[in-house]
Order: sequence, then C-alpha cells, then structure tokens
Amino acid sequence: MSGPGYLPLGQRITAAIEDLLHAVVQSPVGHRLRRWGVTGRALVTSVPYLWLVLFFLVPFVIVLKISFSDSQIAMPPYEPLLQWASDKVLQIKLDFSNYAFLIEDNLYWKAYLNSIWVAAVSTVLCLLIGYPMAYAIARSQASTRNILLLLVILPFWTSFLLRVYAWIGILKNNGLINNALIALGIIDEPIRMLQTDFAVYVGIVYSYLPFMILPLYANLEKMDLTLLEAAADLGCKPWKAFLKVTLPLSIPGIVAGCLLVFIPAVGEFVIPSLLGDPGMLMIGKVLWTEFFNNRDWPVASAVATALLLFLVIPIMYFQRAQDAESAAGARR
Amino acid sequence: MMHGRSWFRTLALVLGFAFLYVPIISLVVYSFNESRLVTVWGGFSTKWYGALIGNQQILDAAWLSLNVAAVSATVAVVLGTLAGMVLARFGPFRGRTFLSGMTTAPLVMPEVITGLSLLLLFVTMEQLIGWPAGRGMTTIIIAHITLTMAYVTVIVQSRLSQMDDSLEEAAQDLGARPAKVFFLVTLPIIFPALMSGWLLAFTLSLDDLVITSFVAGPGSSTLPMVVFSKVRLGVSPDINALATILIAIVAVGVVIAGFSMGRQQKIRDRDAQMALAANQEMVESMKKA
Repeated sequence: MSGPGYLPLGQRITAAIEDLLHAVVQSPVGHRLRRWGVTGRALVTSVPYLWLVLFFLVPFVIVLKISFSDSQIAMPPYEPLLQWASDKVLQIKLDFSNYAFLIEDNLYWKAYLNSIWVAAVSTVLCLLIGYPMAYAIARSQASTRNILLLLVILPFWTSFLLRVYAWIGILKNNGLINNALIALGIIDEPIRMLQTDFAVYVGIVYSYLPFMILPLYANLEKMDLTLLEAAADLGCKPWKAFLKVTLPLSIPGIVAGCLLVFIPAVGEFVIPSLLGDPGMLMIGKVLWTEFFNNRDWPVASAVATALLLFLVIPIMYFQRAQDAESAAGARR
Repeated sequence: MMHGRSWFRTLALVLGFAFLYVPIISLVVYSFNESRLVTVWGGFSTKWYGALIGNQQILDAAWLSLNVAAVSATVAVVLGTLAGMVLARFGPFRGRTFLSGMTTAPLVMPEVITGLSLLLLFVTMEQLIGWPAGRGMTTIIIAHITLTMAYVTVIVQSRLSQMDDSLEEAAQDLGARPAKVFFLVTLPIIFPALMSGWLLAFTLSLDDLVITSFVAGPGSSTLPMVVFSKVRLGVSPDINALATILIAIVAVGVVIAGFSMGRQQKIRDRDAQMALAANQEMVESMKKA
C-alpha cells in the first residue's frame, strides 16, 4: 500500500519509507519493543543523542584522562596509549605534572594570553566593520536585502583555506598592496605586512566577518522601526535615537556575533600559521606543535583541557543565548 | 532625515563588500597569469590549469575529499534533521538542554580541540574493540559528520520553529500516524532547509583542514591537507587555478539554487493563495447555509 498516485515521486518514496516503518512497528519485533517501553519518540531521540555522546562528549573525557597520564610513559611516538592503558591496570594515579609544566613554562602562559588578546582585538574589529554592514543591509530595500545577504554568505561557501591563502598574495612584500603603493609613489620601500600580527588580524576579521554580520542582521532586521519614528516625533536626533534605541536593542545580536567570532578565534591555527610570524605564539599553534612535532600527547591534551576550561564559560553563555533565541523564534 | 545617513550606509556596504571580494577576485585574476610570481603580471595564460590537471597528488586528494564530503553530508543531514526535529517539536524532556548543548558547542569549539579529542577517541576505541582499525577515510567521515551535523541541526531547528505547525496538527487530527505526518507534511515543507544544510555540510567537509589532519592516517590526504602543505611554502599559481575552479562551481550552484528556490517559492505562494480562496469559499457557503 504505497502512497496515492497523485503524489510527486519524492513524496511517494517517503510514503513508502513510512509504510515500511509502520510494518516494522506492527511486526512481532515492534510489539516486543513497545512492551519494553521503547517508543518511536525515544528511538528518534536516541540516534542523534548517542552519536553526540560517543563522538563529542566521550572524546573530551578521554582528553581529560590522558592529560593526567604520565608524559614519561606516553612519550614514545609509537602507540603511547597502549602503555598508558596497561599502566592504568597497575594503578590509577592522577599525574598533575603536565599541568605543572604548563604553569611553570612561560611559553604556555604567553601563548594563552596572546591568543586571547588577538581574538579579542579581532572580535572588536569585526564588530566595527560588521555592525555598519549589518545595519545597512537591514535598512535597505526588501528586494535588495536578500541579494546583499547572499553576498555576505557567498565567501563562506568558497574554501576558507584558499581565502586565507589569497591574503598572502595581497600582503607580501611584492604583493598587491605594496606594488600599488610603490606604483603610486606613496612609498619607496615595501612595507612588511605578511608575517606580522597585523596580517593575522586581517585574516581573522576577513574569515569570521560573516559570523558577525549574520546574527547582527537577524537582530536588526526584526527591530520595530516605529520606535525610531516615535523617537523622531519626540524630537530625538537620528544619531541619538541610534544610541538610545537601536544600539541597546541590538545587544543580543552583538553578543551572539562576538561569541561566534571570539571563541573559535582563540584556538585558530590556520590563519596564524599562514599569515603570522613563525615565532608568533598562539595556543592553537602550540597544541598543534606539541602533538604533531613533539609527539607529546599528554601535554597536548593538557593544553586542550586548559583551553577548554577557559572557553567553557563563553560557550555556555553562547548556548544559553542561542536557546533564548530559538525559544523567541518559536513564540513568534 | 534618512537621506542624511544613506551615504554612510552605502559607504559601509561598498567598503565592506570590497574587503570581502577583492581577495577572491585577485585569486581568480592571478590564476590566469603567465608568470610564476603570482603577483607580477606576465600575460594571460591557462597553463596553471594544465599543471593542476596533470598533478596526480591533487587529483587523488580531490577525489578523496569529494567522497568524504558526499558521505558525511548525507549522514549529517539525517542525524541533524532528527536532532533538529527532537529539539523543535518534542517539547521539554529530561536531557533536552544537554542535547541542545552538544549540538551547538561544535559550532564554536576551536577545531584543534575537536580534532585532538576525536583522534584520542579513535585510538582508544581501536585498543578496546579493534574498530576503527587504523585511521583513514572512515575516521575522517565520522569526524566530519560530527562537525557538520551541528550546522544542519541549527538550520533545521530554526526552520521548524519558524514554521506554522497547524498543517502538522491538521494531518494528525485527520488520523495520520506521527511518522506519516513527518514524511508527508513536515519533510516536504522543510526540504529547502535540508538542501541548504546538505550543501553547507558538503562545503564544510570539503574545506576542513585542522580536524582532518588529526584524524587522517598516513596515505589519506584530503585536498585541504595537500593545499596547506603547498601554500605553507609560499604562493603557487596552480593553487590559484584550483581556487578559481571551486569559486566557479559555487557561483553556478548558487545561481541554480536561487532559481529553483524562487520557482518553488512561487509555487508555494500560488498554492497558499488557492488554499486561501478555497477557505473563503467554504466560509461563504457556510454563511449561506
């Protein structure tokens, strides 16, 4: 009993799937499952739930565990975990030496602080560039709005890696900017821009700008414009109305956008390693080096755990904001 | 009043879009450059495209990446749709906050952390149950599913919470089983969201470098891994050619998607109008009666 003949092909297929599911539910297996209290709802919920627990939550527990394991035992590059596992059989001991190592060595402190600083500066720059753009898009004609929005999202669909790569050609000593400035006679010697902090800021702002614009746009677009009319009627100047009405109302969008940029930027690896100075300390690079070059898995795990501990508060804040947003969406 | 500020808004848009698009345009322009020095113009040439097609390493990596992206995007859409459905339609249940946390956290989690933790999971699992044996395509696909299903979940969840659920309720009232309501009412309505979710998952998977580097074994280099090892040594024009091809594919895809979505929107608008008209007629006839 497949779906009625007048349905389009796609829906006939989905109807057939549903029939199949129904047959399973009606079968003895289905009856037995229901007697055990397994409902369709529970099954639907459990599939993504189990996937995320196994491949997202459990891995963090393992990272935490390995960060407490002895780096001496785990140091050999070949199957370090096997030895760690047999060690656990003998005795379970928490070894804080990896963390002590992080605290004692200045390099890690500097890398953490520098990463936070770079991410914070980039987030502010992103906001300063992204807010006017989101505002302009939200206040433009309804017909052009979708095209402008598409133009914001479009770079996101092309490769992130290749877009960062493009900046090498623009910023390097004989690159686009220096060539143009020399041709115009503004400078004689090329300015060193590649392999500086400036290049890293440009790279992060460039790559994460859509993440800033989209939540800001979503917020500004649904704002009630009659509030601004009321302010104008009461004699409020446009810039003052912006500061007193628009800006405070857009704070949820600002928060969402800033968190979407800041949190991943702290752990950024690709941008500092392609555009930044080779000696620039960023925690994502340090973790990468510990893991791939030094093959010290316990220290890499300790670096990851410390980074996660720092980021857990902004991540939870982001999640709560996200939840409030979707609850508001459901009410509308 | 608005005119005074419109120049400012235009300026913000012009400068902002210039910032976003000049690098992409420069990639395309210099892919046709004869000179090996990427930024010195040496005349028009398509020789870097030839060099790209002759590069077996890049072709193999691209083939692997396309396979990984197709499989992981498909699984991610299934899992993400289930998660989005649970979060948007199943109401409060024990562990709901936990599920929603696990679906939004991968969106912002620094990739080095996700990559390292997944690798350690795979190594531990191999010791405990012997699967996955070694690292390669399977582990890359699992990692990409976990990353991209978060994006699909967010898209599906927001589409469902914006959607009017009266159609679903009507179907239920008429006696349709829950699964039937989902497959015949909900799924067709959210289908555009699933398509954009699939495309986003596909591109994210095709593009991922950091997580992939952690979970890929020797001999399974994806396209971003090959590109990264090349561009680390400096600019190379065949990478520009590769970028141009990718940009062309995205541009064509966006135009096609735009047209088909516009058409579907028109069909939906027409259907909605017809439904409205029928409703009006019914109300009129009831009034007469």
